[in-house]
Amino acid sequence: MTQIVYERSAGLQDVDTHYCPGCHHGIIHKLIAEVLAEMDLLDIAIGISPVGCAVLAGNYLNCDFVEAAHGRAPAVATGIKRTRPDKLVFTYQGDGDLASIGAAEIVHATARGEKFSTIFINNAIYGMTGGQMAPTTLIGQKATTAQDGRDPILHGNPIRMAEMLSTLEGMAYCERVCVADIPSLMKARKAIKKAFTLQMKGVGHTFIEFLSTCPTNWGMSPVDAGKWLKSTMCAYYPLGVIKDTTAKEAEK
Amino acid sequence: MQKELWKGNEAIAEAAIRAGCRAYFGYPITPQNEIPEYMSKHMPKAGGVFVQAESEIAAINMVYGASATGVRAMTSSSSPGISLKQEGISYLVGANLPAVIVNMMRGGPGLGTIQPGQADYFQATRSPGHGDGHMIVLAPSGIQEAADLIRDAFELADKYLTPVMLLADGMIGQMMEPIIWKETSPLPEVDKPWAADGRDGDGKTHFVSSLRLESDVNERFVLSLKDRYAKIARDEVRYKSIGCENADLVIAAFGTTARIAQSAARKLDEEGLKVGLFRPITLWPFPYDALAEIAARDSVKAVLTVEMNLGQMHEDVRLAICGSKPTPFYGRTGGMVPEPRHIADKVRDILREMEL
Repeated sequence: MTQIVYERSAGLQDVDTHYCPGCHHGIIHKLIAEVLAEMDLLDIAIGISPVGCAVLAGNYLNCDFVEAAHGRAPAVATGIKRTRPDKLVFTYQGDGDLASIGAAEIVHATARGEKFSTIFINNAIYGMTGGQMAPTTLIGQKATTAQDGRDPILHGNPIRMAEMLSTLEGMAYCERVCVADIPSLMKARKAIKKAFTLQMKGVGHTFIEFLSTCPTNWGMSPVDAGKWLKSTMCAYYPLGVIKDTTAKEAEK
Repeated sequence: MQKELWKGNEAIAEAAIRAGCRAYFGYPITPQNEIPEYMSKHMPKAGGVFVQAESEIAAINMVYGASATGVRAMTSSSSPGISLKQEGISYLVGANLPAVIVNMMRGGPGLGTIQPGQADYFQATRSPGHGDGHMIVLAPSGIQEAADLIRDAFELADKYLTPVMLLADGMIGQMMEPIIWKETSPLPEVDKPWAADGRDGDGKTHFVSSLRLESDVNERFVLSLKDRYAKIARDEVRYKSIGCENADLVIAAFGTTARIAQSAARKLDEEGLKVGLFRPITLWPFPYDALAEIAARDSVKAVLTVEMNLGQMHEDVRLAICGSKPTPFYGRTGGMVPEPRHIADKVRDILREMEL
């Protein structure tokens, strides 16, 4: 007698993704899908996809999706969550989308304490357009528009979005995670679940930053990309809970 | 029904709420500030949503989000702010989303002035934002008409799944006029099976997007827009023609300028000059055929376009008439408003020259 020990999550559509080998988007999609299915939220979930590699996220996740203009996902999500407060609303944005062109939108959505969840994918580079420097590109990291490596004098320093946004009163819960190994992946899964749970309680803005890989544009093998993420990226962007206003309440 | 005295901007906001608009997103800019101010107070009372956005860009994208879930949504701004909304309007077109956008035009370019202008005609009527698209553009010439057209704007937006712009100017936004509230009940709810409002509604997954990576698929979409636009051009053209029968000269003007031109025409009528007024209400689709038919009449010696810009609608007037009659132009721009006597002088000059 056969027994199903593993199957595709009900939160994923039965299609292949377009992501490159070694890219973490697919794993992160799967975690979101699993959490939505586990929490029985697929029927009321509305995702907002960005401009960038995840522009087709709505073709992969098995819930409603709205595709936003570059950087505008937090504004689109504001329009959705304010008019449909009973829905589970989450954005999925890359670093160029969120930290560069959409910097104003994410700052103000967070400041207003908009009650949707942000999934922020930080892979320190522009993926879809072919490896240009992102606001999160590390010092010395090579990009097609910083071919000798990022120089702080010429290009400025990388932005730690999670820390910056956590200074705002509207941020209720903010954690930086990655999926580069199994213990980290399990923590990331818990973080998504916590963000969605807190969103449905209406506590304020919830924000999960994923450190992610881009082997294609980093010019690395998938294995090396995973190692570089853990050694170099984690050194500048430390993993862990950055803000949790509900932790104090739990102590009380 | 009783007449009530209303300021233009407030009448527009109230008309939107009465029509069934349940989400307003805006950003301060003169001369339209009374719209967000009124909405902030009255939209929540109607069970709707008001958000003061961080920018015009954010406001139009909030409209995009609300509309994507099937809610009647609106934003308003004035010329420089409308420039910022172009991106979002293009995405609304690309994603087949209804929305209402009010532009209380002021004199440009750049920061320009806060005085009335009509220089956003090209921006509104040619192709909003990037790509092959249009929006329906409605131009009221008074506050009663502005209130009436707001209701029509929401109806047209839902009917054709398109953004609709109410294109007025600071004069209409700021002045007060007596109006009658003709319709008392909100527009009926429209079935929106495409709305991304969760699978729980109809058991289906919805994906609202303007991305069509395969160019043949994208071309098919744009061609579907073309068909829709042809239908709009056939069924939704609106205009007013006043005194054009046996007119020696017809003035073509829209919005505030049309009112001023009408005063000039009345003055000239007293002098025995027969001057008609042709006032497009839909600037897109433009009433080409109606104007062509009037211009073709034997009595009409010329069609004078009057605008608060350098001659933008003038191009549509010339397209309508195709050189069959002279098409002179008179305009003030940069925030200056023409006076009836200046228009009358221009008409007298034209008719005198033509007699020579």
